[in-house]
Amino acid sequence: MFRNQYDTDVTTWSPAGRLFQVEYAMEAVKQGSAAIGLRSKTHVVLACVNKANSELSSHQKKIFKVDDHIGVAIAGLTADGRVLSRYMRTECINYSFNYESPLPVGRLVVQLADKAQVCTQRSWKRPYGVGLLVGGTDESGAHLYYNCPSGNYFEYQAFAIGSRSQAAKTYLERRFENFYELFKG
Amino acid sequence: MSKQQARFEPYDFNGGTCVAIAGADYCVVAADTRMSTGYNILTRDYSKINKLADKCLMASSGFQADVRALQKVLGAKHLIYQHQHNKQMSCPAMARLLSNTLYYKRFFPYYTFNVLVGFDEEGKGCVYTYDAVGSYEKVGYSAQGSGAKLIMPVLDNQLKSPSPLLLPALDAVTPLTEAEAIDVVKDVFASATERDIYTGDKLEIVIVNSDGIRREYAELRKD
Repeated sequence: MFRNQYDTDVTTWSPAGRLFQVEYAMEAVKQGSAAIGLRSKTHVVLACVNKANSELSSHQKKIFKVDDHIGVAIAGLTADGRVLSRYMRTECINYSFNYESPLPVGRLVVQLADKAQVCTQRSWKRPYGVGLLVGGTDESGAHLYYNCPSGNYFEYQAFAIGSRSQAAKTYLERRFENFYELFKG
Repeated sequence: MSKQQARFEPYDFNGGTCVAIAGADYCVVAADTRMSTGYNILTRDYSKINKLADKCLMASSGFQADVRALQKVLGAKHLIYQHQHNKQMSCPAMARLLSNTLYYKRFFPYYTFNVLVGFDEEGKGCVYTYDAVGSYEKVGYSAQGSGAKLIMPVLDNQLKSPSPLLLPALDAVTPLTEAEAIDVVKDVFASATERDIYTGDKLEIVIVNSDGIRREYAELRKD
């Protein structure tokens, strides 16, 4: 395919208007073990398949508590995910320190997305190879967001990422309309 | 004639006294609830005692805005610790963190006089006492604040803590029971209230033991 000529660095466009390095980063997410999130009016649930390198090793941690009201599940390069979780925790702590209230989830995901976008527009950086399902509650209710390596983010009622996630997505698509009223607080 | 220069005074003194006593299986920390400035009272109902971790409390007198800022900084650092270690900070760890945090501002200090109480790694009560720039020591009992100079000699007399110069080293923890310690605290505060204008109104006593944390109040003279 032609894409091999334009995929050397992230700051090169292809003639079709695509950034291949960013798309390759999204591939890394698809190769990681699955992470799923779904939400009701008051609660968000995150779940992960924790893969172990070998029978001898421990299972990787893929769900992180970010603050009392926000958690994140990751798929892809878990090292990148760990670093981004640390960033999210610091942002929440700084916001709490300054405003004595919890950081709204929608604000956090925008900051996260902007951070990811920077890596798509610097020749000396590479995109984060991890997709994040950010779930949290704030004054406006419970929210689930998906942050991509591209710097895009979307809000979802339910979503799944990582390998074999399509099966989960199909399952959720059939049932998500019931979730809203479940787990009422 | 020297030039008049506009000056901004960054500190205020809000008064108040804090006392802490450690026992074999309990800790008592107490502070009055009066907040003053100059010769005026700002409020008669201000708590100087703050919970830093599950079994670790801090009482601070001095400049309450700096106290509040210090509490927030310690709270944020404790949260980071919890994220990284998956557990709460122990009291000795928090004691060192407080010292380092205070010394970090060695050249523009937090105007706070702190006592930290909690349980050490063995589960015995401990009290740590600080100066404004982070010098600290683990002791069996301590007083800080405007009434400290009136209270400390009485505590020395009553609690008979062994001298650190004696060998072999004796335990710093005092042999009082919890009820006796609370009575001592109420007595010393009543005495300090008589002569220290910044101490009075109400006494807040917080007792930490294996059952948890308990709060008591006692009236003090309001003049």
